[in-house]
Amino acid sequence: MNIYVVMKRTFDTEEKITIKNGQVADDGAEFIINPYDEYAVEEALKLREEHGGEVTVVTIGEEEAEKELRTALAMGADKAVLINDEDVEDGDPFSTAAILSTFFKDKEVDIILAGNVTVDGSSGQVGPRLAEELGISAVTTITKLSIEGSLAVIERDVEGDIEIVETQLPLLVTCQQGLNEPRYPSLPGIMKAKKKPLEKLDLDDLDIDEDDVEGKTKTIDIFLPPAKAAGKVLEGDISGQVKELVSLLTTEAKVI
Amino acid sequence: MDFLLDEDQLAIKKMARDFVNEEIIPYAREYDEKEEFPFEIHNKLREFGLYNFALPEKFGGPGIDKISHAVIVEELARGCAGITTSVEANSLASYPILVGGTEEQKKKYFGILADGGYSAFALTEPSAGSDVAGMKTTVERVGDEYILNGEKCFITNASYANYFTVLAKLKAAEGSNKFVALIVDRDSEGVNVGPHEKKMGLRSSNTASVTFDEVRVPAANRLGEEGEGFRIFMKALSYARPMVGAQALGIAQGAYEEAVNYAKERKQFGKPIANFQGIQFMLADMAMQIEASRLLVHKAVWYVQQGTPNIKASSFAKCYASDTAMKVATDAVQIHGGYGFIREYAVEKYFRDAKIMQIYEGTNQIQRVVIAKDILAD
Repeated sequence: MNIYVVMKRTFDTEEKITIKNGQVADDGAEFIINPYDEYAVEEALKLREEHGGEVTVVTIGEEEAEKELRTALAMGADKAVLINDEDVEDGDPFSTAAILSTFFKDKEVDIILAGNVTVDGSSGQVGPRLAEELGISAVTTITKLSIEGSLAVIERDVEGDIEIVETQLPLLVTCQQGLNEPRYPSLPGIMKAKKKPLEKLDLDDLDIDEDDVEGKTKTIDIFLPPAKAAGKVLEGDISGQVKELVSLLTTEAKVI
Repeated sequence: MDFLLDEDQLAIKKMARDFVNEEIIPYAREYDEKEEFPFEIHNKLREFGLYNFALPEKFGGPGIDKISHAVIVEELARGCAGITTSVEANSLASYPILVGGTEEQKKKYFGILADGGYSAFALTEPSAGSDVAGMKTTVERVGDEYILNGEKCFITNASYANYFTVLAKLKAAEGSNKFVALIVDRDSEGVNVGPHEKKMGLRSSNTASVTFDEVRVPAANRLGEEGEGFRIFMKALSYARPMVGAQALGIAQGAYEEAVNYAKERKQFGKPIANFQGIQFMLADMAMQIEASRLLVHKAVWYVQQGTPNIKASSFAKCYASDTAMKVATDAVQIHGGYGFIREYAVEKYFRDAKIMQIYEGTNQIQRVVIAKDILAD
């Protein structure tokens, strides 16, 4: 089975976000594999354990993303590809999907796994866009995956409910929390990862003109969410508090 | 000169840290309270390759450098020094074999460890601690065998060890000072392991005495030549000592992290106690001394990596890091106030675990003697 994982290096979710000169400051920040992409890596490894084949992890980003690829290799992936996109202006989900579709054009693919969203951009678009470009099915927010021959039976999270989808390979899925528990890399895994192939490509290698993949999204402003206001503590006797709470929920919060 | 961990070392540190946070910290207290050996955790550590760091790769070791070894030991001890000391007991018992063993001995006895076994380093005796040379355990050569008699105490892993690396004195005419290092199989007749000691700290580790009563050890199990035993064991300790520093460092780091978090959360007089200079000075001292310990430990380990363990650097590292662990853990308890004295809080365990670091593998007084001897050598 030819299994691919599309992943991204993102801010550690423990990091505090600050904005400097209109940009999210990343100096000194810790980076990790996007947590949803970790589910994708884990599921890919499970598919290989069950069906055999090879797992290739692909990322688009700068040199530093090699570290996250090595982590995926340490978890057990066989090969990694780093596509450098530093020449792309205002890269956005369109750019990423366009570059990835060029990369995948001549590849034999049975399944591509991606995260449901990234914890930075959170567009959730790259997976479906890529599937569209490649002309294969896409199933998003999956929480269970089983494959028999070329038939895939998938459970997906639809706002808390479960939808069951049957579809055919080749296929792209995006992974949701609950799909699996990603493994840690083992120490021998880390040692082996150093020797596994990691291919580095740039746009020229893929015959891509940087203008053709320039982002289509314009960022107007970047700002932090407003600080959370302090909670309100109701006072008085219980029946009075209940009445006041109901009235606040109706008139102020407008939730009932 | 480079003070930074490289990419691999960083990846190893992160992996060890994640493992410790998920698989050790949530359970450490329970095993400490029960004074029970956590086989499940040891098996899991083995599963992830976090074991037998002293073994060369070809004998089943993880094939990592010594800085990575120290980084892992630090992370493990941040989680539980009791578990760490048990893991490192396998390393300690391996060093004499590494130093003085033949290929055959290495293959056989390292193989036992790689297959899930335990081993123990048996040096200390009831009346010979710091005065190693004053030991009473003896061996006598009879044909192809040595007859071993004596008692060793405070032996980590003793109850579960498949074999012991033992130092004994050759029985001969008056005043013999010939030492013999031996590998003694646990199931040899006359090997008796005493009851599990009840300890102040490191309570999830196993400690017991071992007596040898007319134990017949094949001459093929001798490490090095007759008379080389003392040198082999001292060299083994020079490999191990910096790693005791790394363990102490992990205890200090763990206690420090608890203290910082608590100081930011705990409010008195209407503000977090971290806002008070009295607390800030304690935290700053902790951070500074931990960093100094880390540099000393990494330097001592660096010498080991070069294949030239440095006795003075090893003593600096072990002594300073363990004194720091005791001080940091004490202050971390102080910052927690009354809560620090309650066993629900992690700091009291760091406090109890820190003490032995100043005592075992050469007391800190002996470390200072070693350092002074080196300084005054010429």
